[in-house]
Amino acid sequence: MTDLLKLSGVHTHIGRYHILQGIDLAVAQGQTTMLLGRNGAGKTTTLRTIMGLWQASSGEISLAGERIESRATPDIARLGVGYVPESMAVFSDLTVKENLVLAARDGPLDDAQLDWIFGFFPALRRFWLSRAGSLSGGQKQMLSIARAIIEPRKLLLIDEPTKGLAPAIVMALIECLKEIKRKGATILLVEQNFFAARELGDNVLVMDNGTIVHRGEMAALAADVPLQERLLGLSLEAHQ
Amino acid sequence: MTELAAADPLPKPKRDIAPILLPIAVALVMIPLIGSPSTWLTLTAASLAMGMMIFIMASGLTLVFGLMDVLNFGHGAFIAVGAYVATLVLAPFAASLQADSLWTNLAVLAPAALLSMAVSGALGLIVERVLILPVYGQHLKQILMTTGGLIVAEQTLYAVWGPQIIPTPLPTSLRGSFILGDVAIAKYRVLATLIGLAVFIAIQLVLNRTKLGLLIRAGVENREMVEALGYRIRRLFLGVFMTGSALAGLGGVMWALYREQVHASMSDDLTVLIFIVVIIGGLGSIGGCFIGAILVAMIANYGGFLVPKLALVSNILLMVAILMWRPRGLYAVTSR
Repeated sequence: MTDLLKLSGVHTHIGRYHILQGIDLAVAQGQTTMLLGRNGAGKTTTLRTIMGLWQASSGEISLAGERIESRATPDIARLGVGYVPESMAVFSDLTVKENLVLAARDGPLDDAQLDWIFGFFPALRRFWLSRAGSLSGGQKQMLSIARAIIEPRKLLLIDEPTKGLAPAIVMALIECLKEIKRKGATILLVEQNFFAARELGDNVLVMDNGTIVHRGEMAALAADVPLQERLLGLSLEAHQ
Repeated sequence: MTELAAADPLPKPKRDIAPILLPIAVALVMIPLIGSPSTWLTLTAASLAMGMMIFIMASGLTLVFGLMDVLNFGHGAFIAVGAYVATLVLAPFAASLQADSLWTNLAVLAPAALLSMAVSGALGLIVERVLILPVYGQHLKQILMTTGGLIVAEQTLYAVWGPQIIPTPLPTSLRGSFILGDVAIAKYRVLATLIGLAVFIAIQLVLNRTKLGLLIRAGVENREMVEALGYRIRRLFLGVFMTGSALAGLGGVMWALYREQVHASMSDDLTVLIFIVVIIGGLGSIGGCFIGAILVAMIANYGGFLVPKLALVSNILLMVAILMWRPRGLYAVTSR
């Protein structure tokens, strides 16, 4: 399996704080790689560093063999990276339609792609001309994900999509992400919800204190309760 | 996906019309206080004209605030430069301005306004690259740099044009008033109102009907996410800064004709009004800026007529009242 994204020895400082302390990771083409870890482990910083929103202090980041650690965020996005931040960051003053029109960088909205998205997220069709600020939290998350997949992307970086959502909405999002996966997308997904991680992940990386402390197959971690407790301070059973 | 489909229907987004009703309410309340309907109409027309000129000058600043998070205390320099540059065209063609033909007058005024906008816009390019670019994200330094820039601009104007006030008489066809019964409405005020409305409509069309406008509105709300979608917002910053500077230049020309004079520190008092308008409108909101400008002009005109002694503080009182009602301005831009 080819690695689409590779990070080697990546360090990131935010002000005086040394957040990422030598990250090495690879995300295989067509696979969903889960990035797990406690709060403050550096998961969001990893995604933001890949996206160029925070500059790596040192180390190498490559996408499809092309070095991107010194590139500006818009250039990284134009290489085919879609980003769904933890805050969702929908444009509240814009309508659902306007949010998606902006995300469709390369031209007008593609009707077939829209229909595919509406299949997952019927609410977006219903509130097509409503301001995004008036959507519920779950609907904002749908819009945020829809924005990232409105055009084909090489890589999706998704930060805690299930955070703060009702269980029913979480299940729906998991189904949506599974469908995106089936279409061959490569995803690096930060998730605190271990159930969602188990459902979606092919591979898993666990972070602690700015470093990767475990890497392997998601199924193996899901089956190893003592390892879960040691790495994450949780067990899958507690989440079922 | 049935869970999503079954989500509770949202209430239809309500249009927030309270700020729009505010100037109308103020105008209506003033009718009995002023007493004479003709005086009220004259003051209202004066308020609209003044409000439109302030709006033209403030619209660029509010977008610069909202989109770029830049505190540009030197915005007044573009106003003064615009006014002075206009005199370069107006002075040599003074005879054409004194002609009775409206078209002859406009044939001089239009190039003067366009040249002022071009020079102010170009100055905006230089200011953004030289003064603003090194201090993005550093508010204190922005204040120092842009205030310094304003002082340098004013002193340069003194050095080039001298300290004397330069008269900018109104063209003949724009002198006098339209008489409607016993109401007199100055012709120039009507023109200023029409230009202000045209600028407002043009900005609204760009912001609401074009992808560029979508980018500006999105950038005002969340610059980072706009970049994460693949758009180079720095270029947008520069374009907005230059447009805002050009509009300030246009406002400077209109204000110079309104006051019929130009001097290097002409923008000092205006800058205070412009900042009040930007703050009460809601940083980054063009609609709020438009209503705020009308309110400020109404308070200045009605207040100056009813309670002249309060004229100096009336706009500050207006700002306090608006911010007590809506602490983030009339139309707060979300997620800043």
